[in-house]
Amino acid sequence: MLRNSPPGSADIGVLERKATRLRRHMLTMARGQGQGYIGQGLGIADVLAALYFHELRYDPHNLAWPDRDRFLLSTGHYSIALWAALAEAGIIAVEELTTYGADNSRLEMSTLDTTPGVEMIGGSLGHGLGQGVGQALGLRVDKSDARVFVELSDGEMQEGSTWEAAMAASHFKLDGLVALIDCNGIQADGPVVLDMEPVADKWRAFGWTTSEIDGNDMMAVVGALADARNRDGKPKAIVLRTLPGKGVPRIETSEKSHFFRIDVAQWDGIIAEFDKTVGAA
Amino acid sequence: MSSATVEAGRTLAMGQDEAVGGGRQSVEAPFGKALARLGQSRPNIVGLTADLGKYTDILPFRDAFPDRFFNVGMAEQNLVAVAAGLARTGKVPFATTYGVFATRRAYDFVAIALAHSNLDVKIVAGLPGLTTGYGGTHQAIEDLALMRMIPGLTVIDPCDATEIEAATAAIAEHPGPVYMRLLRGSVPVVFEPGYSFEIGKAQRLREGSDVGIVSTGFMTERALDAADALGKQGISAGVLHVPTIKPFDAEAVAEFAAGFNHIVTAENHVVVGGLASLVVETLFDAGIAKKVIRIGLPDRYIECGAVPTLQAKYGLTTEAVIATIAALH
Repeated sequence: MLRNSPPGSADIGVLERKATRLRRHMLTMARGQGQGYIGQGLGIADVLAALYFHELRYDPHNLAWPDRDRFLLSTGHYSIALWAALAEAGIIAVEELTTYGADNSRLEMSTLDTTPGVEMIGGSLGHGLGQGVGQALGLRVDKSDARVFVELSDGEMQEGSTWEAAMAASHFKLDGLVALIDCNGIQADGPVVLDMEPVADKWRAFGWTTSEIDGNDMMAVVGALADARNRDGKPKAIVLRTLPGKGVPRIETSEKSHFFRIDVAQWDGIIAEFDKTVGAA
Repeated sequence: MSSATVEAGRTLAMGQDEAVGGGRQSVEAPFGKALARLGQSRPNIVGLTADLGKYTDILPFRDAFPDRFFNVGMAEQNLVAVAAGLARTGKVPFATTYGVFATRRAYDFVAIALAHSNLDVKIVAGLPGLTTGYGGTHQAIEDLALMRMIPGLTVIDPCDATEIEAATAAIAEHPGPVYMRLLRGSVPVVFEPGYSFEIGKAQRLREGSDVGIVSTGFMTERALDAADALGKQGISAGVLHVPTIKPFDAEAVAEFAAGFNHIVTAENHVVVGGLASLVVETLFDAGIAKKVIRIGLPDRYIECGAVPTLQAKYGLTTEAVIATIAALH
């Protein structure tokens, strides 16, 4: 969207259908390789739908527009969700999605910034928030009102650099910086291995205006993003409680896995079930 | 104990001048002054430091452009990440800290946040090699080796105030990430005004016939003084100054080395992974079989002490270069 959407203009039903489309794209992508970071992608789908189809100010035909809002996906392995959003936003072709994770594909399993629409190389966790601080400072030098949204995860908060950046953001009063903290409860070794609770209190203690919501409730996501527009001298943190695999019962209820791998026949079953459910909805 | 001995034996406090070299004119804070001058014509240059602004000579820039200067506190990973973000909004960040922190502490950020994306960020790193008596925590003895392994990163080890000024301007013009070693405080002037620095180019400073010295950083000053002294002893030493460690001027080194029976390398750095290793690789690649004698720091951590004492002990002096070369003849 070339302008900020007017406050209160979000059509929740439309955004929920966008989120469903993103999930459907992700299932197609994961089927192609028989594997992928599908649990995380499905969990963050509602937030990406709210960002790309309501909150972010950008021009899909001019990705280098200096006054665009930035979205930095710090967890590069959530790329499956970003590719789905970029395709749905018209930045990459929907047909290209089937190449996810394949040799020579631009749609890597972990983001590289050579793909259009990618604002940073994610994947080495703990990089995103600091780069978001730098972009927000650069926009301030340029007297731009563009904002910077950084997605990071609960596991990623264990990287000390996240807190270096959190300190700097409040010190520099970067009120156009919004951290979207995906708390899905899993990390590489399984359920979160180092307790990060209370998450919201930590961000508040670092000087951030913080809210905590169900990250799979579109109304709540849109509301929290609307509140985060306030330029009150403080950076904004939105703690998102999300369900890995959200919207696909067989993945929601599977052993919570950082990396999901099943055979093609099972993928076909999952997709058929998804289409049936969505069609019935 | 005489007062002079006490003076020589003291450990320098953090802010004290630790620049080296005697008998030459010097310039105060050549990097910071050069950067402040560049800032006038280049509004996209911004400055950053991680609580070492005072000790990396960048304060002249801060004082000239307070709105374009950011001190991120003691957080070197964030220093590099923030610089990367600034570069993505079209700025040319100059980020200062000590070499030990820019390398050991922030390596993943330099590699991935900067070099992988070829971002236009210049890291300027104080206390290179053995220029502080603070011991292993502060002596960046292996930074050249670490940084030259990073794809696409330009690595520079300037010799003197003239070269620092020229290199600061050159790296500001050069698109892409750079790691430059900083000589701070009162920095000697070795090269004449008009000395031309070019990224990636070695400079043949002395012709000779008996021994060829390939040097970088402040060891070039020692090499030149040694060559003068050796000349009086009837030994003709050539000096090739290699201020750019990466991209390395292999052609110039091979051509220079071909003219000598003995090659001596001289660097303010451990003798593994840095200049000596590069010279050996270069000669081997070029099919030049010659013995290479390495002057530099040993492959170990250095203790605390006064800089002149330590430099003498570990062979980073003109006398050590003379002695090494005289022993060959």
